[in-house]
Amino acid sequence: MSTPQDINVRQKPAVAATGGGTSTILATKQLTKNFGGLTAVDGVDFSVAEGEIRCLIGPNGAGKSTLLELITGQLAPSDGAIYFDGEDLTGLDTHKRIDTGISVKFQSPHVYENLTVEENLRVPLQRTDRDVDRVLAETLDRTALSEKAETGASELSHGEKQRLEIGMAVTLDPKLMLLDEPVAGMSVDETDDVADLIRSLHDDGMTFVVVEHDMEFVRRISERVTVLNQGEIFRQGPIEEIEADEDVRRIYLGENA
Amino acid sequence: MTDRLDAGTVSVVGRLRSRLEGPNTIGNSTTFWVGFAVAVAALAAYPLATDPYTVIQSSRYLALSFLALSLCFIWGYAGVLSFGQVAFFGVAAYAFGVIGINLSSATGVVVATVGAVIAGTLSAALLGYFMFYGGVRDTYVTIMTLVVALVLNTFMAQTAGSEWAVGEAQLGGFNGMTGVPSLTLGLGESGLVLEGTGFYYALLFTLLATYLGLRVLLNSSFGMTMVAVREDEARTATFGYNVPFVKLVVFTIGGALAAVGGVFYASWGNYIDPSVFGIAFAALPVVWVSVGGRESLLGAIGATLAIERMRTGLSSGIGPIGSEWALVIVGGLLLGVILYLPAGAVPTLDGLADELRARRTERSQSTTAAEESPE
Repeated sequence: MSTPQDINVRQKPAVAATGGGTSTILATKQLTKNFGGLTAVDGVDFSVAEGEIRCLIGPNGAGKSTLLELITGQLAPSDGAIYFDGEDLTGLDTHKRIDTGISVKFQSPHVYENLTVEENLRVPLQRTDRDVDRVLAETLDRTALSEKAETGASELSHGEKQRLEIGMAVTLDPKLMLLDEPVAGMSVDETDDVADLIRSLHDDGMTFVVVEHDMEFVRRISERVTVLNQGEIFRQGPIEEIEADEDVRRIYLGENA
Repeated sequence: MTDRLDAGTVSVVGRLRSRLEGPNTIGNSTTFWVGFAVAVAALAAYPLATDPYTVIQSSRYLALSFLALSLCFIWGYAGVLSFGQVAFFGVAAYAFGVIGINLSSATGVVVATVGAVIAGTLSAALLGYFMFYGGVRDTYVTIMTLVVALVLNTFMAQTAGSEWAVGEAQLGGFNGMTGVPSLTLGLGESGLVLEGTGFYYALLFTLLATYLGLRVLLNSSFGMTMVAVREDEARTATFGYNVPFVKLVVFTIGGALAAVGGVFYASWGNYIDPSVFGIAFAALPVVWVSVGGRESLLGAIGATLAIERMRTGLSSGIGPIGSEWALVIVGGLLLGVILYLPAGAVPTLDGLADELRARRTERSQSTTAAEESPE
């Protein structure tokens, strides 16, 4: 079961982006993370092309969030390497990885509860050399939070916090955006707004890796999907093929769920 | 009033205010600044209204305020609770004594002042480097800083013999170092020795400048970074901030503030002893800042002045038993604040004032609405 079948896997070789002529922006090579006896991520070769929106799906405990945390450096890998935009990130501290052009929104909202919406956006923004006032207004507008600029973040609804958090990640103007469950707990309208936001940023050239369970949402934003299961890449390919795959259905509904 | 000032003055005042004000400090209204000016004027006039002994006592409270500011800055705004700010205070005090005694001239005292502040600051930077780059966090920072202070306490207490001397300066062990020079301004053999009222004004001026400087710093983008680190370190790192470095800078500035207090303190009594590193003294900054409010610089200063005034009053009022009672009261105050005013006195009062103002605006709006509706 853990042997990936090659029928649907159109995986590119995980070459380091240092090699010229490739449009691969992110590549992990035999990336592994052990927690004691448990292997959360097991020899994963995951690569994303520049300008792509890639969705990562898989049952709970498949290693999706762990993979993101390895990429941002929240966790140190047990083995393997991570390449981004021609650089080997593997040994770097989180803040240095962010400086190479990565931004992240984690699974549970991590806004600064005691600050206002505007202050929350200022924290990431003040580090960049962008025009703070212009980007601030633009981001408030894009995330539909203009009217709540002075509101304390602790008073926001769950959906608003999610939007704020995406807005904070966006202000860094990254090349690669990692989003862990951006629409979890959101209403249908809010989900639509986030999908529109992602599409418009994508049109501006941003690359996305999105962890998501909502297949409806995945279908709206993404063409290619990677399925993780038990720390390994289980399937990879166009969304229609993945959705039609019997084995993918089985791991979602079956004994691993 | 501003109508009568010319446009240039208004813009300078406006620019100055915009740097002093912001979400990270309490008191951003004209009313606040008027009250502040009155309070400063009252403190400046105080020596004229009271006896020299009280002025000298008050100087001690002002010197200790630097210690309170130092903890307020690192704990209130960056979330680093140090139980050992007294270590940098004490290191600077001893350094001031050692250098000042050896170079007994006006120039010597100036050198001692600068050297002592550098010594205190560097010791904070060194400890901070090992802690923050070594991944020491939260409670462990609190424990480690306290341990450093207590180790210094034990070490300095055993420096009694004549072999424990740096040049002319006898460390003096448990009994402390005597003959520490008074603060002096000037170069050459003799200068303006700051004692009594002069010392009080030097302290008041330095404290005022420090307070305003800290307000500018806290309302700058660096202040925002400090608050972000306090609120959520991991998230702040994912915005590209080098969190250990930010904490090291904050801790070093905190050490410098404590060191300035230490210099004033040692020259105030011309004396320094190991009790500055002891647990009773180490606990006091935590009490002052908790009572005044972690997120209020003025609260920290005010609580220091009030609590220290109370302690002196009790021990001089009812004799030695008074200082024992003072400790009980200080302990009770800390417990009471933690239980009933967890944010501290000043932030709680500020919150109440905001609420009152909001309610008054609401009421006046509803009355206006009621007046307008019949038309």
